[in-house]
Amino acid sequence: MTLLTLLILVGLAVAAVRAHDLLAATAILGAYSLMMALLWCQMNALDVAFTEAAVGAGISTVLLLAALTRVGTQESLKYGHRLLRHPLRTMRSLVTELHEGDGRRSAIGAVLVCALVGAAMLYGTRDMPRVGDAGSPANTHPAVAEHYLNRSADEVGPANVVTSVLGDYRGYDTMGETVVIFTAALCVLLLLRHMGGRTRDE
Amino acid sequence: MSDVLRHLGTHYHYVIYIALMLIGLFAVLAKGNLIKKVIGLNVLQTAVFLFYISIGRKADGTAPVLWDQKPETIPYENPVPHVLMLTAIVVGVSITAVALALIIRIKRAYGTMEESEILVLDESDQQGSA
Repeated sequence: MTLLTLLILVGLAVAAVRAHDLLAATAILGAYSLMMALLWCQMNALDVAFTEAAVGAGISTVLLLAALTRVGTQESLKYGHRLLRHPLRTMRSLVTELHEGDGRRSAIGAVLVCALVGAAMLYGTRDMPRVGDAGSPANTHPAVAEHYLNRSADEVGPANVVTSVLGDYRGYDTMGETVVIFTAALCVLLLLRHMGGRTRDE
Repeated sequence: MSDVLRHLGTHYHYVIYIALMLIGLFAVLAKGNLIKKVIGLNVLQTAVFLFYISIGRKADGTAPVLWDQKPETIPYENPVPHVLMLTAIVVGVSITAVALALIIRIKRAYGTMEESEILVLDESDQQGSA
């Protein structure tokens, strides 16, 4: 089940990145977030599922839509990278295209970086425990996860351990998070303060 | 070779997370449209969330809500990654909001949100002032 959801997610991610209509891309990203919330449920991360559905699928989509009403919904095809649309032609003319300077972008640099990063991360998985390994270091550390699970009912109270950790054991993290939200809200306000009227150029 | 295949078979979750992350990274690097970059950033960060949550998974585990007073007997999932990712999701939305506000300003100032056109406009500005 988890695997099926993961594959759907990959498909949705590709579709969101490839769609030329930004409105469609936003809608697909919303579906992606909702599917992600479903996956969190399957992975027993219920609180993360709530947050993803409300914040990821909800607020993010609304923010993107609000931005699109101001900047338009069409991605310029002229400046899109060519690799996905014309794989063969791009492969053949990689070198010449890089030096053409006609404003078109070649995706070869991005592909190289992605391949390098992907190879490094694949190599890194060699040292990772299997998913679902209850004996992995992260799950058995006596002062963190085990302590929270065994003691939070006595030390904090709520039945939901995530609530205890969020509000008590790691309360300072949560405070830092609210500071981030406040700062972001301040940034958005300052950036868009005078957007009602005309710009100076007009 | 068979070792590599066996490793990929047992760790296929990570392979899919890496694929998702690379899709996002590719969009951030290769797409010229700034909104597309933000969408890529969102995909990239969810891949990181997946990675973290799966570190805390236990086979046959259950949600970390104590419905019995004997946690030792029930394989509750590790709650710590859940908390960290809750925070990260909210921070991610803050990043999206600021990025979109910047894009709106850029669109207003340059009349475009395509990276290449912005660079061309910047260059012609510099030539004009020199």
